[in-house]
Amino acid sequence: MEPTTHIPWIASRLWLIPLLPFLAGGVSALLPRRYRKLSAGLAIGAIGISTLLSFCALAESILRGLQPHAGQQWSAMQTHEVWHWLTEFTWFSYGTTSLKMGFVLDPLTAAMVIMVSFVSMLIFIYSLGYMDRDKNFTRFFTFLSLFAGAMLGLVVANNLLLFFACWELVGLASYLLIGFWYHRPSAAAAAKKAFLVTKLGDIGFFAGLLWLYHATGTLQFYTPDHTGALEQATALAGLPGIMGLSLAGTIALLIFCGAVGKSGQWPLHVWLPDAMEGPTPVSALIHAATMVAAGVFLVARTYPLFQASPQVLTLVAWIGAFTAVMAATIAVAQNDIKRILAYSTVSQLGYMVMGLGVGGMAAAMFHLLMHGFFKALLFLGAGSVIHGCHNEQDVFKMGGVKKHMPLTFWTYIVGTLALAGIFPLAGFWSKDEVLTAAFNWGSGWFHKGPFVLGCIGVFLTAFYMWRQVCLVFLGEYRGDKAKAGHKHVGHEEAETQHETVPGAPHESPTVMTVPLIVLAIFSAFMGFSGLPEHANLIHHFLNPEHAPHNVNWFVIATASALAFAGLGLGHLLYGLKPLAADEPDPLKAKLGKLREFCRDKWYWDEIYEATVVRFANIASVVVDFGDRLLDGATVGLGLLARGLSLINDKFDERAINRCFDGGCGSVRLMGRCFAALQDGRVQSYLRLVAVAAALLAFWFFLK
Amino acid sequence: MTTLAHFQILASLLFAIGLFGAVTRRNAIIVLLSIEIMFNAANLSLVAFWRYSPHPEQLSGVMFAIFGIAISAAEAAVGLALVIVIYRYYKSIQVDEMRTLKG
Repeated sequence: MEPTTHIPWIASRLWLIPLLPFLAGGVSALLPRRYRKLSAGLAIGAIGISTLLSFCALAESILRGLQPHAGQQWSAMQTHEVWHWLTEFTWFSYGTTSLKMGFVLDPLTAAMVIMVSFVSMLIFIYSLGYMDRDKNFTRFFTFLSLFAGAMLGLVVANNLLLFFACWELVGLASYLLIGFWYHRPSAAAAAKKAFLVTKLGDIGFFAGLLWLYHATGTLQFYTPDHTGALEQATALAGLPGIMGLSLAGTIALLIFCGAVGKSGQWPLHVWLPDAMEGPTPVSALIHAATMVAAGVFLVARTYPLFQASPQVLTLVAWIGAFTAVMAATIAVAQNDIKRILAYSTVSQLGYMVMGLGVGGMAAAMFHLLMHGFFKALLFLGAGSVIHGCHNEQDVFKMGGVKKHMPLTFWTYIVGTLALAGIFPLAGFWSKDEVLTAAFNWGSGWFHKGPFVLGCIGVFLTAFYMWRQVCLVFLGEYRGDKAKAGHKHVGHEEAETQHETVPGAPHESPTVMTVPLIVLAIFSAFMGFSGLPEHANLIHHFLNPEHAPHNVNWFVIATASALAFAGLGLGHLLYGLKPLAADEPDPLKAKLGKLREFCRDKWYWDEIYEATVVRFANIASVVVDFGDRLLDGATVGLGLLARGLSLINDKFDERAINRCFDGGCGSVRLMGRCFAALQDGRVQSYLRLVAVAAALLAFWFFLK
Repeated sequence: MTTLAHFQILASLLFAIGLFGAVTRRNAIIVLLSIEIMFNAANLSLVAFWRYSPHPEQLSGVMFAIFGIAISAAEAAVGLALVIVIYRYYKSIQVDEMRTLKG
């Protein structure tokens, strides 16, 4: 840092934000299991302070953003409009180079960090109620704190390596929390699947990281003297990479692999729905609001690299659009309340990625932030329903929950409408931004494709969400009778180990409903931070270089019409005539085979089973054979060595040792003789001397 | 007329008696006394050699004898002190019981 640089208190102490949850996690990891209150208090206290600090960071950033010209004295590293507050330190030096680490506070960080810490805090509080009767309560909060620390660290990092380390830590926390009920085989398998599938993407990410370091000699995103890795993106765009891409494009593509894995994009989306095996607060926090958005955040953070390569951006847009529609169709035919939301998350992440691909970085981030609020709300609402319906997760065994759980119902409605994109809730504004960006991407069917897919997605989203709401909340409760007749099967088994008491659903405790209400308020009103045209605060804030586009009434009208159509169709099929118990899904008659195709998730798991997993199995057989060959050679070599050593041993034993032992034996014998002479009696010595003297004298005289 | 040989025979007898006593007696004090006898046999021999030497004016043998007497006095003091210490430690002055220096 230059000494004259004037940066706010919070910007230079940004590391406090991730450090506090890390500390809380570290301390509660050492606590015995019975200190439940202390562990939860530590976790919530730490994330609370982090939230306050994040709020300070946001406030400082907004103040800074309001006065772009007065900011000149603050730092020399800002360009006229895009600015970053940096702190850096040297991690270690080797030779003449040193590896630097650092933190950055810029609009992207500020917006993300407040969302992550705030949503985390609410979900921590909610977990108090949800995990109430779990005997591993302390462990749960330890893992949550670890996650929160890693996630916040990732957000404030100004270094790709630090980012990567935190990225892997959130992956670890995700693994631990998906497998929280590890005694259930399905949870353990889901945890493994999540870890391995995301690792597949991370390999690409790591390769990109190494390549970036090789190409630029630094992993800092921004540096005070404008030599950071991202600030060299334009130079990298001029160098050749692989497959006809520029070097910047190649690196961006590799980094995007990581984002695909983490953010559940096709073709690596298969882990995310399975991750719902974890406790519901975990699904809400990690697999809906924050961690899965880290991939989108990664792309947004390294956006200069992507901007330098239009081909990669095109790929990103199409992958996002395809994922958005594919996941939405799957969500339509699911029965598990959490799986519907999981596929919805995959679909919404697809929107964000599409937004990034079509050049609307601010739009994608806006959707990410809004999605964080309303998807967390929906998951927590689903958790509340599951909690209230005695751990039932099948929507066909719910129904009529509205009158038992009014608070949950109304907040859930807010979340649903926000997700569906109904005016004036958050999702309306953010989805509109993304779609407008897609619409403006270019002309021709190839460039309009993502927009069209996005519109189909809007319709499907509204449909499956309303289907869920009708099935869960409207009509009569189908739980009791259904429960008596059906045993839980497969992945739809009970969520927690709470004992299942049959009976009417009940409203959740206050500690669970308050976070719902807070999130509902945010889901309803946060959208106004991103009104189109000149009042688009969030766009100005995140991306001051590009002016936001004008209001596109065509897009607004289309999206809204489709959303209402989706809601209407959902109501027509499920709302008008509530289902009776054991009545099949009306879609079954309407769609037939197509529904099965969607219900079975487009057979992706089966395809991977038949290709990737089979390939892995064959490869393992081959490798095993090679291993055996190598093993045989090794054993042969070992036998040879043993033979040689046997000969050596005999030679040692028979020749060398024998010689030594003989020599030593004679020395010892001699010693024993002389020792016998020294019997300790002074008079015998004297006698010896006298006799010797006499003999000497005798010999002397005889001579 | 007593000759040098008479003195030497006496000295030899005295030395033999002393040696016999030192080797055979078990009481440490008797052993010390025997050693004194051997000392005096040596002194007697030295003085006799001096008296019958070609240059009696040179006082060589007498000086030897005087040194020998002084040394034997010192030796007696040290020896008796040792005997006392040994007695305190072993509650005995029988030399054949002191065998801790055995090899």
